[in-house]
Amino acid sequence: MTATASLSASSASRGRAGALAEAIALPLAAIAVSLVLFGIFVALAGAAPLAMYHQMLRGAFGTWFSIQSSLSRAAPLMLTALCTAIPARLGLILIGGEGALVLGGLAAAVAATALGPAPPLAVAIGMAAAALVAGALWIGACAALRALRGVNETISSLLLNYIAIGVFSHLVEGPLRDPASLNKPSTAPIGEANALGQLPGMTVHWGLVFGIVACVVAWILVERTTYGFAARMVGGNARAAQLAGLPVRRLIVAAGALGGACAGLAGMAEVAAVHGAANSSLHAGYGYSGILVAFLARHHPLAIMPVAVLVGGISASGGLIQRSIGLPDAAVNVLQGILFVVILASETLRGRFAGRWRAWSGVREPARAPAPAEETA
Amino acid sequence: MSNMGDAFKISVRSRVWPAAVAAALAASGAAACGKSNPDREARATATAPLAVAADRPLVVGFIYVGAKGDYGYNQAHAQGAAALTKLPGLKVLEEENVPETVAVQQTMESMASLDGARLIFPTSFGYFDPHILKIADKFKNVTLLHCGGLYQDGKHPANVGSYFGYIDEAQYVAGVVAGLTSKSKKLGFIAAKPIPQVLRNINAFTLGARSVAPEATTSVVFTGDWALPVKEAEAANSLIDQGIDVLTMHVDSPKVIVETAERRGIYSSGYHASQAALAPKGYLTGAEWNWAKVYTDYVEWIRAGKSYPHLLRGGLKDGFVRLSPYGPAVAPETAGKADAAKAKLIDGSLVIYKGPLKDNAGAIVIADGTARAQTDLELEKMNYLVEGVVGKLP
Repeated sequence: MTATASLSASSASRGRAGALAEAIALPLAAIAVSLVLFGIFVALAGAAPLAMYHQMLRGAFGTWFSIQSSLSRAAPLMLTALCTAIPARLGLILIGGEGALVLGGLAAAVAATALGPAPPLAVAIGMAAAALVAGALWIGACAALRALRGVNETISSLLLNYIAIGVFSHLVEGPLRDPASLNKPSTAPIGEANALGQLPGMTVHWGLVFGIVACVVAWILVERTTYGFAARMVGGNARAAQLAGLPVRRLIVAAGALGGACAGLAGMAEVAAVHGAANSSLHAGYGYSGILVAFLARHHPLAIMPVAVLVGGISASGGLIQRSIGLPDAAVNVLQGILFVVILASETLRGRFAGRWRAWSGVREPARAPAPAEETA
Repeated sequence: MSNMGDAFKISVRSRVWPAAVAAALAASGAAACGKSNPDREARATATAPLAVAADRPLVVGFIYVGAKGDYGYNQAHAQGAAALTKLPGLKVLEEENVPETVAVQQTMESMASLDGARLIFPTSFGYFDPHILKIADKFKNVTLLHCGGLYQDGKHPANVGSYFGYIDEAQYVAGVVAGLTSKSKKLGFIAAKPIPQVLRNINAFTLGARSVAPEATTSVVFTGDWALPVKEAEAANSLIDQGIDVLTMHVDSPKVIVETAERRGIYSSGYHASQAALAPKGYLTGAEWNWAKVYTDYVEWIRAGKSYPHLLRGGLKDGFVRLSPYGPAVAPETAGKADAAKAKLIDGSLVIYKGPLKDNAGAIVIADGTARAQTDLELEKMNYLVEGVVGKLP
């Protein structure tokens, strides 16, 4: 819309500034509205909202410890969010991050055992490669079903999560089980030497760097390459893209594989940096929280980073508000739910403020019929 | 608890009370390498009695993997925590739904550094390795006591301990009640995973039932994970359709199974905590934890500056486990026989696992003449289902 509206170079730049201001102000306003709504909810539940927000701030970002805690929770969310966000640019709604994560983690653990006494760097690369491939194959398969057989990718990816966890549990409790893991079936430990350590001077593991790099690479890929341009075109109108001669099916499968590879890498980071083996602690819901992050970030790879930190911070603060305010754990889920609904609802306002901004800053637009909603208002 | 002040040998001025707790821990050997200067100062300047210092309580943290009110595993621990809130000079912190990921490390760290907790009970089995071990290395002045019994002397940090109970003893007695009450003599067991702790319960329940009704069988269904309410309900319904008339279980929350049994008009035998309120007609009894006993003991040992067992185990005799009060469907003579079995387990004259014991494929698993007492480490590696169990290990 902006492209047609902005005629001269100067008005185009002002229009972009308006759109950018809106892109930042709208989510912030939505967050503020959510916080007010949640405050009312908390007050109804009998707690003091301001004291609670103080505790939440303390638990999420108040101290160096809390910041690190939020960051380490954000790390896997960035990667699992990409599993939804990258295919979303092609118009796919893939929610199979959880399955790709557990299989990526399992593949990494198997790779570590197979590589055995190789130097730690080689083992780490092997683990990462195995996880990337496992995740890519899993979600790539969903995308291929979509592209070749017209299977709804949302349903197939959701159901494949259960299959992935089933396969994972079968292997971890059966053929791949370390006989020494009696009451908590696990694969053989990857070994202390192969553990992916923490970032220097922090308690946050290397998964955070994986997440940031993946988000930046995804952004470059989607926004700055011909592949990304073609992908966005498919997302805009798949039929038109096909008519324009784009290999739509291949683009869809590739996007699924890329997203799945990111989620698989999250599994590798969990195994290598946190658990030291693959076991049932791996399916802890990072894949599902990643969907929330992707939608809140409107599938924009750079926006995923701050949103993941925000969602990580909310969950990090959950413990403190349970302990100091006495609210149940579900309170934090209510906040996440309110945020999700309000941010999605705020999308309907997008473009209206940008129009006002243009009018206010004196950019002349071609005469345009007012939107129906504005007429009735 | 009445003589708490006397029991606590290290008495201090009120301002240094938290340090005194740390000193008590240090004295107990728990924090031998984590002594800081304030601790030594606290010992050196200790003058006033402890009771004065009740305004700076000992902070104790509890971490649960699920909801506190799950009618099961987590509720049993929360009841233990609730018992501690009645003690003077204690502040109890609780956090529920903490997954076995970095989240639990952060919860422990947050309890230790933001809330000043000096004693933490992370109650889920999966919290131990690597999470508790990592935090124990980082916070030498915090004692971490874990439910599950994995502590190995020399291998694990000195400020870590683990406790567990022989709940299969209670399952044996529940099996006696089930075997006598069942009409079809077909019992059902819904289990999460085929791990040794679960197999002990299935086998003990079956052996208890067959001790009074030799023709009784236990059909077992493994659901695959600790909290899968839908699968648990399906398993319950399919077992009931097969003619089973008593259901018991080893899953985190027995709620759905007990409710399904009640709705379908059969008997149920509970697990972890009492589910009697969910099945007023059909609830027979249940194998329950009594963590209040364990937690009270630990707190008293630690406050008294005594050394505490790093690997603590106990059964019916020690009061770590108990049976839910018998429900209305339990006949008086059944209750009598169950109480007799319980008494024999308590005085040690009854050993659950003794030869000759066959598995359900006919192979001898415990030879004639061998009796494996509860403390026998062989039992911790259990990988068979005894004769009378219908089902296969996956």
